[in-house]
Amino acid sequence: MNPSDAHAACITGVGVSEVGRNLGREPISLAAEGCLRAIADAGLTPDDIDGIAAFVPDQGSVGPNELQEALGLEVDWYQGFLEGPSQLGAIWSACMAVATGQATHVLAFHSSSEGTVRARLGKGGSLPGTARETPQRVTGERGWWMPFGAPSAANIIAMYAQRHFHEFGTTREQMGQIALIARENATMNPLAIYRTPLTMEEYLSSRMISEPFCLYDCDVPTDFCAAVIISRTDSVYGLRRTPVTFEAISSTRRSRPSWEGFDDLTTMPLRDAGAALWQRTSLRPSDVDVAQIYDGFSYIALAWLEALGFCGRGEGGPFLEGGRRIALDGELPMNTQGGQLSAGRMHGWGLIPEACRQLWGECESRQVAGDPRVAVVASGGGIVAGAALLTVD
Amino acid sequence: MTVEVDQIYRIPPLLTDLNREFWIGGEVGELRIWRCRTCDEWLHPPSPVCRKCHSTDVGFDVASGRATVSTFSINHYQWSAQAGRDPYVIAIVELEEDPGLRLITNIVGCGVGEVRIGQRVQVIFRSFDDVWLPLFEPASNETDGTHDVQ
Repeated sequence: MNPSDAHAACITGVGVSEVGRNLGREPISLAAEGCLRAIADAGLTPDDIDGIAAFVPDQGSVGPNELQEALGLEVDWYQGFLEGPSQLGAIWSACMAVATGQATHVLAFHSSSEGTVRARLGKGGSLPGTARETPQRVTGERGWWMPFGAPSAANIIAMYAQRHFHEFGTTREQMGQIALIARENATMNPLAIYRTPLTMEEYLSSRMISEPFCLYDCDVPTDFCAAVIISRTDSVYGLRRTPVTFEAISSTRRSRPSWEGFDDLTTMPLRDAGAALWQRTSLRPSDVDVAQIYDGFSYIALAWLEALGFCGRGEGGPFLEGGRRIALDGELPMNTQGGQLSAGRMHGWGLIPEACRQLWGECESRQVAGDPRVAVVASGGGIVAGAALLTVD
Repeated sequence: MTVEVDQIYRIPPLLTDLNREFWIGGEVGELRIWRCRTCDEWLHPPSPVCRKCHSTDVGFDVASGRATVSTFSINHYQWSAQAGRDPYVIAIVELEEDPGLRLITNIVGCGVGEVRIGQRVQVIFRSFDDVWLPLFEPASNETDGTHDVQ
C-alpha cells in the first residue's frame, strides 16, 4: 500500500459511553450508547453508516452482527476480530475499507463489560485482563504461563521491566512517573475512575502485585464502549468536525511474536511497530504535540517511548525522571485523560478519542496548550502492537 | 526427581500432539524440547514447522536442563482465593543450548530474595495434575556467582 493512501481515511467523530468499574450493564447497552454518541459527534445519522469494525476479544464484548442488528444498520463492509496489530487493529482495517472504496463512513468500536464480568466471577474466576472464564485446562499462549502461577500478563511484563531495570538501571521512581502523571491528568478529567492525586510516597509504599509492579502500575477493568467514525477524506463536507487525518499507520512486526523468546527482553514487538511508523511520513518524533500511549501496565508506556524514538533504547528511565517531560505542560504531554491507569482499562480504545479531542481543542482544563496539530497513538503490549500518527490541518 | 505440588495458583495445560512430550518428559527426568532435525534449530513452543528452514522434520530432543535466569518477578498477589499467600518467583530462564531458547517457569529451592538475573539454575520436575512441570533450582557447583546473559 502506498504510504500516502493512509490519508484517504480520516476520523470524523468519536464517542464514549458511560465508563465504570461495575456498571451492571450489558455490553450491547454500552455499545449502543457509545456508537450513537460517535455517530452524532460526526454529524451523521445511523443511515449514513455503511461499514462496521469491532474488536471482539471475548464473550464480554459486542461484535458487528449484534451491533448492526441493534442499530438497524445497512452496510457494505463489516469485520470483527480478536487477533491483530494491537486492539486497535479494527481501526486500521476500517481505514483500509475506506481507502479501497468499500465503505464511506465506518463505525469502529469496542464495547466490553469486563468490569462487571470479572466482579461477578470473582478472584480466579476469569482470566486476568479479559472477560473470559478461567478454563479447566489452558491453551494458547497462557498455556505456557498458567501452569507456573503466572495467570496475568502483569507477571510477564513485570519480568520485562525487571530486565530493563537490570540492564539500564531504570528505577521504580522513574517508571512510576507514568502512573503519577497519569493521575495528575486524571484530576482534570471528570470521567476518570481515579481522580485523587497520587504521591511518589504512596506509589512506592503500595502493595506489590508482581515485582516491580505495584498496584498503581496496573490498570483497572471497566465496562465501557468507545467508538470512532472513520470516513473517506473526500466525503467529509458538511460534517461537524475538522477531520483528523491518518498521517501514518504501523502494524509492523518483524521479530518473533513470543512472550519468552523475543530477542530483546528489555522491549517487546512494539519496537518494530514504533520504528516503522516513521518510514511512512516526513514527520519526526519532535513534531509530535501530544502522545496517547497504551499504559495497561506502566512499563508498556515506557517501552513505547523508546520504541517510538522519543528517547533511545534504555533511556526511558532518565526521560521520565521527575515526570515533567510528559506532564501536560511538558515537551511531550502524555495520556492527558489519565491513561488507563487512572481513567480505566479500555484496551487502547480511549487513546484515539482523547487524541482527537486534544487536536480539536476541547479538553478544557487538561487541554494541551499551543494548538496541537500532531498526535501519536500507540497501543498494544506483549506480542502485538500498532501505532498511528494523527494530524489536523 | 520430583517434588510435591505447592500452594501456587496453577492451571494445567491442555495437552496436544505437539506439546505432550514437553509436559510428560519430566516423568523420566527429561526436559524434552522441540527441535528441527534438518537444521538443528531448537523450537519452543513446539511447532509443526521449523521457523528457520521450514522443514517439517521436527520432533523432541532432550536438553541438559542447565539454564540461566534471564529475568524474574516475585509474585505477591493472590490470584485465586484457593491459592496460598506466600510470594513465589516466576522467571524466564535461558537454556544453555541456545541464547534464544527460553522457558517461563518458577525458581524453587531458594528464598525468593535470593534469585538473581544471571544465576545458574538446573531443572527439577514437579508433578502437577497429569503433567510434570519443569521448574528450576539454583545449580549445584555454582562457583563464581552470576554472569550476564545475552
